[in-house]
Amino acid sequence: MSLGQFLLNVLILGVPFSVALLLAGLGETINQRAGVFNLGCEGIMAMGAFVAFLPPYFMAGTPLEGYANLIGVALAIAAGALLGVLFALVVVTFRAPQGIAGIGLQMLGWGAAGTLFRRYVGGVTGVQGIRAMPIPGLSNLPVIGPVLFNHNPLVYLAFLMVPAFWYLLFKTPWGLKVRSVGTYPRAADSLGIRVSRVRYQALALGGAMAGLAGAYLSLAQAKMFADDLIAGRGFIAVALVYFGRWNPVGVMGGALLFSLAQALQLSIQVAGIDFPYEFAVMLPYVLVIVVLSLVRKARMIGPSELGKPFDREQRI
Amino acid sequence: MNRPGRLAYNAAVVVAAAAAAMGIGAIVLAAVGADIMKAYAVILTEPLKDLIGVTEIVVRAIPLSLIALGIAVAFRSGILNIGAEGQMMMGILASSATAIALGSLPKPVLVPLAILAGAAGGAAWGGLAGLLKARLEVNEILSTVMLNYIAAQFYTFLLRGPMMDPEELVMGSGTPQTLRMPRSAWLDRLIPGTRLHTGVFIVLALAVVVFVLLWRTPVGFRMRAAGAEAKAARYAGIKVQRYLVVAMLLSGAFAGTAGAVEILGVHRRAIEGVSGGYGFTGIVVALFGGLHPAGIIPASLFFGLLLLGADMTQRLADVPANMVLVLQGAIILAIVSARQFMNNPYAQDRLARRLAKLFGRPERYRAGPDCPDPSDSPDPCLADERPDDGASGEASR
Repeated sequence: MSLGQFLLNVLILGVPFSVALLLAGLGETINQRAGVFNLGCEGIMAMGAFVAFLPPYFMAGTPLEGYANLIGVALAIAAGALLGVLFALVVVTFRAPQGIAGIGLQMLGWGAAGTLFRRYVGGVTGVQGIRAMPIPGLSNLPVIGPVLFNHNPLVYLAFLMVPAFWYLLFKTPWGLKVRSVGTYPRAADSLGIRVSRVRYQALALGGAMAGLAGAYLSLAQAKMFADDLIAGRGFIAVALVYFGRWNPVGVMGGALLFSLAQALQLSIQVAGIDFPYEFAVMLPYVLVIVVLSLVRKARMIGPSELGKPFDREQRI
Repeated sequence: MNRPGRLAYNAAVVVAAAAAAMGIGAIVLAAVGADIMKAYAVILTEPLKDLIGVTEIVVRAIPLSLIALGIAVAFRSGILNIGAEGQMMMGILASSATAIALGSLPKPVLVPLAILAGAAGGAAWGGLAGLLKARLEVNEILSTVMLNYIAAQFYTFLLRGPMMDPEELVMGSGTPQTLRMPRSAWLDRLIPGTRLHTGVFIVLALAVVVFVLLWRTPVGFRMRAAGAEAKAARYAGIKVQRYLVVAMLLSGAFAGTAGAVEILGVHRRAIEGVSGGYGFTGIVVALFGGLHPAGIIPASLFFGLLLLGADMTQRLADVPANMVLVLQGAIILAIVSARQFMNNPYAQDRLARRLAKLFGRPERYRAGPDCPDPSDSPDPCLADERPDDGASGEASR
């Protein structure tokens, strides 16, 4: 296999890997821009992956089978938004510390998905999942075609969401509100912006995106559900937001970097180069720590009130 | 609000939090189609029905309380240690390697040595996250979570490779486990026929050590000061960064000790799944125990009960054992929410005013139109408000 072919394979593998990180990372960007650090992302993704898996699993063979994936994705988005609102209740209304509350939400989502999975499904079972949808014409282009235009619809959707989220965050009134409640909630409050409401909305949107990311994992990437399907991707997505400097485009860069590293590792294994499997699996986690140690200056442009509950009745 | 009123208020907050946590659990139980009351009854009472059950609760409480003590040290110093799971695995590896390599040593030497090795392994893994936080401002939650995943892979790697029992290779079954520990490294069992081991005494001793360290020594004072208000501590000349690292080293050492005690006392060889979520449950135990040794010991027993009970629901109430994760998550969310209301004079006043409105009692603080602005100097109109503030100042920060 030539080097060119090898690199092409890495790219073809890497692009779809990045989608779950990208979707969750975009949602988390909105959360953090609004000043809330949602570590429960991992748990929301687990729930999203599980509920998305249910319709294709139970509706196989029924007349509704064609819509099963769509229903699954919709359910995942709804479940994610619901958990996002639950998190908002705890950290916005009750002003609980966000780090530990996020760990609580992670356990809750992960545990609930595992419990329900064992009760209703049992063992690991595959579903047909979302099939690839090559874009006519474009997918026949050399190199670019297989890398960019030969994937399932969620991949295209995820990458289209990057400019959409950039626009939402930086060019719309709601985006301005989100950024203001994450940077200077007191000033936003004095201008009549309802800080709590904006944070609730941001968390619901972030939760919906995490749910969608989970649905992508179970329906499009793995085409099955297991307890450890998420394997830390929710936490990696949170780290990517730091890496991407709270900007959707940066988050996309981070997601691609991670997934390409993972694809590279897989391709090296497939190519038969001997390397302990466990060390290969460690790679993305080590990469997160390395990346986080390199992005300290990013604080300057991040939401300055990140992680701090806002109490409008508190005196300064 | 007067004193009985405050007590009633705090009790109401606790009851509401417990109801919320059990309510979330009930939703999931209902979703799996279980009998909710029966499932809770099994979880909470079934393990207490015989001696084996009770001792098994204590066996689970031993690693839980050790981990929770370490997490309490870290939380009090202002750093969230989510990495106990990984630190425990590192402790297990270090401890079992020591015990197997030095198996010829006499018992009084080998046991402490193996436990210290475990502590050192955990401390190294925890201290790494502390250093990253202190030097490079890496968020400790993310770094410890990542270190958990790395440790888990490293653990499997060693158990399947360099540290695997050679007999497994000969027999060909390939179970990932180390050699059995030499008898001289074992922690003795206390009651024949049960797994209760002498680790209990280690827990009790270390609980006292944590109390003395945090509340009776200058180092502990500085650690708590750094955790309570880092800026103020820095102005007072406390090297906050250094105490972050110290806190994480200690926290990791406790988790490593938990791992060492668990294999020396219970399993007697490193196998897969020893840590089995203890690192995460330890966080809940630490919070539930109020980040204080005197609370952590009973809390660890309660969660030992919960873990064992959840195992039993699988058989008796057809509820998967993962249910315990749901309950733990719900308990964390309930505790952190409730803490904002406990001893909070502001929320108490608001509730008192709302109750007064509902039941038609005259509102307080509106004694008459001739009172000046209450934000100014002390005034006879506000005389009944002041003594309350000092008593409940801690929770309002």
